[in-house]
Amino acid sequence: MSLDSINESPSAPNTRSVRGRNQFSLAFSRLRRKRLGMIALTVIAIIYLAGIFAPVLDTHGYSETNLLKTQEGPDTENFLGTDRLGRDTYTRLLWGIQTTVIVTVASLLTGALLLGLTLGLVAGYFRGTADTIIARVGEVVSAFPDILLIILLAATVRPRILDWTRSFEDSSGITGLVSSGFVDFIVIGIALLPLSWFGTMRLVRGQVLQLREADYVEAARAMGTSTPRILIRHILPNIISPLIVTVSFGMGAVAGTEIALSFFGLGVQPPRPSLGIMIGEATGRGSTAVSVLTQHPEQLLAPIAVVWLLIFAWNILGDALTDVFNPRSR
Amino acid sequence: MLAYMVRRLLWTPVLLVIVSIVVFILGTYGPGDPVEVRLGQNYSPEAAERLREQLGLNDSIAEQWGRYVWDALQGDFGESFVFQGRTVGEILGPRLWVSAQLNFAAFLITLVFGIPLGFYAAKRQGTWSDPAVVLTTLALFALPVFIIAPFLIWLFALQLDWVPVSGWGGFFDKRIILPAVTIGVPGIAVFTRLMRASTLDVLGQEYIRTARSKGLSEVVVNYRHIARNALIPIMTIMGFTFASLFAGSLITELIYGIPGVGRISLDSIFARDFPVITAIVLIGATMLVLANLLIDFAYTVVDPRIRLQ
Repeated sequence: MSLDSINESPSAPNTRSVRGRNQFSLAFSRLRRKRLGMIALTVIAIIYLAGIFAPVLDTHGYSETNLLKTQEGPDTENFLGTDRLGRDTYTRLLWGIQTTVIVTVASLLTGALLLGLTLGLVAGYFRGTADTIIARVGEVVSAFPDILLIILLAATVRPRILDWTRSFEDSSGITGLVSSGFVDFIVIGIALLPLSWFGTMRLVRGQVLQLREADYVEAARAMGTSTPRILIRHILPNIISPLIVTVSFGMGAVAGTEIALSFFGLGVQPPRPSLGIMIGEATGRGSTAVSVLTQHPEQLLAPIAVVWLLIFAWNILGDALTDVFNPRSR
Repeated sequence: MLAYMVRRLLWTPVLLVIVSIVVFILGTYGPGDPVEVRLGQNYSPEAAERLREQLGLNDSIAEQWGRYVWDALQGDFGESFVFQGRTVGEILGPRLWVSAQLNFAAFLITLVFGIPLGFYAAKRQGTWSDPAVVLTTLALFALPVFIIAPFLIWLFALQLDWVPVSGWGGFFDKRIILPAVTIGVPGIAVFTRLMRASTLDVLGQEYIRTARSKGLSEVVVNYRHIARNALIPIMTIMGFTFASLFAGSLITELIYGIPGVGRISLDSIFARDFPVITAIVLIGATMLVLANLLIDFAYTVVDPRIRLQ
């Protein structure tokens, strides 16, 4: 009798607080106690919001030049000074951040979540041939030196995607796809794919391999639960925490790679700003980095400060989340 | 265990064949027509056709790939499109050696700082110095090369005048110091973190308590029992790092003006010199695959527990 009354007391006054403390609110309350993790989260939030609201926060057009005022230091009109073409560094910084925001979020959704998670679930749960094929493809992809493969892919894929988009624009009458930077984001997305899916896939696969043998999964299977339901209701919720940790570390890596690609002129194309392009233009693709640092430090330091803070913050957050989700490592 | 090793050994050449196919397809369908790169913008169709025939570009892609791999196995990676009359081997050979020396120096810096720092942080867990070490190395890890390199040049070359700004003079020349530090410093965080986690694992083991209760001195316990066991998992990463010794570091070599692989890979990608790029990627991938194989085998030699499983 007493057992029943415990089970059937969803309307009891104290269940609300019990129900509220699910896995994530628990994790979040633990994260809130990590001062560094919270600082990192705040920094990331500020940078991402700055990027999202770039159209509101900017003071000039990002490709608007002013040849009467080039290479000048910060003043009240240009908060961070102007570059070689007299463009406003502050405005370009905001739009550059927006590029990073788009690339990291897109790569998270396509590479890490869609491809990595799905393939990991399939490989881990069904094993057999599917597992072998996925693992072998992953081995081939990870056999390449990654930055070279990414650069090679970006250089190879760009002209084709550009041609396709142009002919699509011609035939459909939709214009502005090429100039909006749409092509660049597709190219970067494709180039980053080998980097982004494999780590997630391996992690998810490993977790699923363990979970599929768990008693409660076996029980669900015995009760005739359908496979998709087992995967989504019973296995997925249990692999979300390690997934969040990997994604947090991965976001920093993706942001850094996009910046390197754009630095070499293979990522986002001008006039659209990117933090990598800003660094590349300020330093003449590396060769004049020293003279820029001594003469116009704000042109180099502004984008670099953002890059550094962002990558640093993602890594600290990853560390904090590891502790939060995995109490044993504390 | 033997079956596993045999399987690995048999799979490796297959893996390399697939890698070569992927590289070859990327190289063939990449931008830029080799004929156009060689002859420039204005050429007669007859000359182009003659060159096409001469280079074997009219054969099927399978034939071209077969010929390429056959030659590559004998060390012949073809002729560069851009540097006319020079083979890819002639161009890459010296550069591979330069990058290998530079990356080895960087690797030493990473190890010499990373491993003791990780060990130290783990031993001091619970005090302020543990998070301080981890945070500092993470901050260095997030610093992009674009800022480390100009800053180092500005401080040590321009202000203090200790070393020249750029150039290359071999492993024992002092011009190697700044680029090696630039490449090596971010990696310290990786090794510190790994060594810390691995040492913490070992610290919790029963045999450490046994060693202490036997009355062994703290120095012996630290080095023979803790450090040695903690280093085992780190070997995996060391293998990866070793494989990347020849990969070259794109941005660093660019900034310091070092004639290495990173520099030539960038130049060739922009000049569409695909024979050179293909060779670099193929060599890099081969090193990575072989290093992984070696590490797997070394693991079983070092750690008897793995052999038993």
